[in-house]
Amino acid sequence: MDTQDNKPVKKMMLILSKATIENVYACFILANGARMEGIESEIFFTFFGLEAIQKEKLDHLHVATVGNPAMHIPTMLGGLPGMEALATTMMKKEMDKLDIPPVGEFLEILAASGTKLWACKLAMDMFHIKENNLIDDLDGVLTVGDFYQRAGGEGSHVLFI
Amino acid sequence: MEAILAQKTVNVNEEGYLTDLSQWTKEVGNEIAKNEGIEMTNRHWEVINYLQEQYKNEVALNIRKVGKSGVVDIKEYYALFPNGPLKISSKIAGIPKPISCI
Repeated sequence: MDTQDNKPVKKMMLILSKATIENVYACFILANGARMEGIESEIFFTFFGLEAIQKEKLDHLHVATVGNPAMHIPTMLGGLPGMEALATTMMKKEMDKLDIPPVGEFLEILAASGTKLWACKLAMDMFHIKENNLIDDLDGVLTVGDFYQRAGGEGSHVLFI
Repeated sequence: MEAILAQKTVNVNEEGYLTDLSQWTKEVGNEIAKNEGIEMTNRHWEVINYLQEQYKNEVALNIRKVGKSGVVDIKEYYALFPNGPLKISSKIAGIPKPISCI
């Protein structure tokens, strides 16, 4: 595959800006999948993405039932109390069947696999989040400039989720 | 297609995975490991034995399962087989490349 025209991917720099379960998992699976292929990966958690690395919050993330036509639930119903929780429970059951780990365990797997986990400094300041609220496996707090510096090199890709 | 590994003719697919585990010997595994740049140790072989057992029991493998096996944790798994532990160790074990995104 690695002919001159088809240069291999060497590094995936993922930016997670959302905390709905479908986005968090998309990001984690891409990061983990990269490591499984011998590709480096790093995740920059910013804005609502920070929820996925806050110890108190990470195991309580929800799927979005409102404004998500692919759920095939009328928007009015999607907004009813308990709908998000119900949809989330159903989705988690399906994921468990496929051996997809819960968020907390997935983060441990990522850290053990060598995926670098970074928190966005600006978003932390905005939401008044302290580093001790974040997971122990965090590699550090970065500015966007720091993140871009890490993204250098041939075969490096930046992906915003 | 056929390949000659450790002076033995074996059937492999286009990615170099053995298509018949009964053709596998430790020497064949060693040769594949060498081609992947891996120096096999006892720890490597323990993982390989585990993978072969799982394959014989028709268990679909993924990183999470290997990590929970008690044989090796994920960190050590990556240290033993860098550049893609699951696919490289499966190749050395003579079993098919696992189809998994986890």
